[in-house]
Amino acid sequence: MTLLALRALTVRRGDRPVVDRVSFSIGPGECVGLIGPNGAGKTTLMRAALGLLAHQGHSSLAEMPARDRAATAAWLPQKREIAWPVTVEALVALGRLPHLPRGTRLRETDRAAVEAALSRMGLTAFRDRLATELSGGEQARVLIARALAQETPLLMADEPSAGLDPAAQIATLRVFRQLTREGRAVLASLHDLNLAARYCSRLILLGDGLLVADGPPADVLTPDNIARVFHLEARMIDTDHGPLFQALDVLP
Amino acid sequence: MSPRILAALLSLLVLVLFAASMFLGHAAIGPMDALRTLSGQGEELTTLILTQIRLPRALLAAMVGASLGLAGAAMQGYLRNPLAEPGLIGVSGSAALGAVIALQTGLAAGFALALPLMALGFAFAAVLLILALAGPRGSSLTLILAGIAISALAGAFTALVLNLSPNPYAASEIMFWMMGSVADRSMAHVALAAPLILLGWAALFTLGRGLDALTLGEDAAQAMGIPLSRLRLTLLAGTAAAVGAATAVAGAVGFVGLIVPHILRPLTGARPSTLLWASALGGAAMVLAADLAVRLILPDRDLKLGVVMALIGAPLFLHLIYKTRREMT
Repeated sequence: MTLLALRALTVRRGDRPVVDRVSFSIGPGECVGLIGPNGAGKTTLMRAALGLLAHQGHSSLAEMPARDRAATAAWLPQKREIAWPVTVEALVALGRLPHLPRGTRLRETDRAAVEAALSRMGLTAFRDRLATELSGGEQARVLIARALAQETPLLMADEPSAGLDPAAQIATLRVFRQLTREGRAVLASLHDLNLAARYCSRLILLGDGLLVADGPPADVLTPDNIARVFHLEARMIDTDHGPLFQALDVLP
Repeated sequence: MSPRILAALLSLLVLVLFAASMFLGHAAIGPMDALRTLSGQGEELTTLILTQIRLPRALLAAMVGASLGLAGAAMQGYLRNPLAEPGLIGVSGSAALGAVIALQTGLAAGFALALPLMALGFAFAAVLLILALAGPRGSSLTLILAGIAISALAGAFTALVLNLSPNPYAASEIMFWMMGSVADRSMAHVALAAPLILLGWAALFTLGRGLDALTLGEDAAQAMGIPLSRLRLTLLAGTAAAVGAATAVAGAVGFVGLIVPHILRPLTGARPSTLLWASALGGAAMVLAADLAVRLILPDRDLKLGVVMALIGAPLFLHLIYKTRREMT
């Protein structure tokens, strides 16, 4: 069973393809890191896959009716918007919206999902605070909790760890890995290659809109790929705590 | 405050103000007289005043206020901006232009409902123009820009009509109409506006779920299954029907759509869906109260509702800005 299947997905801006004939699929239990330098097309790829952008080629999600899509994939945009001063609990509960029949209040299952999402992100103590009055990193965690509360088989997150402190970054990726152990799947764009190497089961490397490599972290983060796509000299070091990715220098 | 208590309090406020609007005015009519009228035993004059003068006035004040409050809350929720108001998309400006043309050409003098009908026609033309300008799938920014352009155009044409008006009486009639009022309206006005206003409310009240989701931004809302193009179309049509019809019968009444959602937002936990009906009730209460003030403060000088609303609204708005600034620093 696949949760997301892309076939030759292409997005053009003017004549230039920003995402160029990308194909891959994601099944349950996978924690997929989408990596690539700025402007490689990570955000565009995910938005097109969700049907939020006009595109050519096929995306299984984009072809679903809006309702089914919302039940299959939760989307955490890069831009962290909280328009109104609502409480943390109310904001996280918005994630239940696709499941609620029109005009009904939160049911027992919805409350349980909100509760689980809050506790996964360590936010239970924050529930009654106004989301707009939290720090940037705390708001980011609240928004991740919102996406978790949607309880979809697939979670798609655009730079979920940006702006989080180191402990919160690791905690977030641990939550993602926990989700995959429960049979769900995660597709997250990441800039921290070390985090990507340690916590993702699979990496997809994008460069200039093209899929450069797709596979286990050790196969994707080769010195050659890193040099070609990121213009970095880097090394994977095997330690007792698993592989560590270390960038050493910028290549000329 | 829990939504239920808020709903009960606001409903009570509207009922009290509506009752006051029936009993207070130039001719003193006590509750007992009113009850006698209801049971069909009142004096003829009292019955006439109550059913032909005060009832349409109170009904219109409540309907106009509710429309403006509701549309304001919907517009602020959609644009995620507390400074948005229903006038922003040019509906009220265009409705006013239609009314002004009806007054200027003498159509209004010839046929009593020509004025509101022209105003309605122009309000809907404005919405079609906005859709043509902003496109059916455009962002909220293009919608605001198109609205501002259309408001400016309607304002320019209104000024032109005033400029070309043949005599000072025509000009002053237009000026007075534009100040907004629910005085001297008949049940015919109510009957004309009510169906459209109710349709508008029905459309706007369906938006709650989408507006809640929009708290997280357009991308997240769309990914949660909210059809944004349809939401925008419903918002435009609902606002045009409710606010267009309200402006057509009462003239331009400002600030209600801006101030009421702003005041009630903290009491609703800032949930856009709760704010919709709260602002509808709050708007009705505010316009009923302002219309009472019009009658009681200077009963002999024909004070206009829109003027009083602006006199209440602008200082309140200043206070809100001051408060927001303090919270932000």
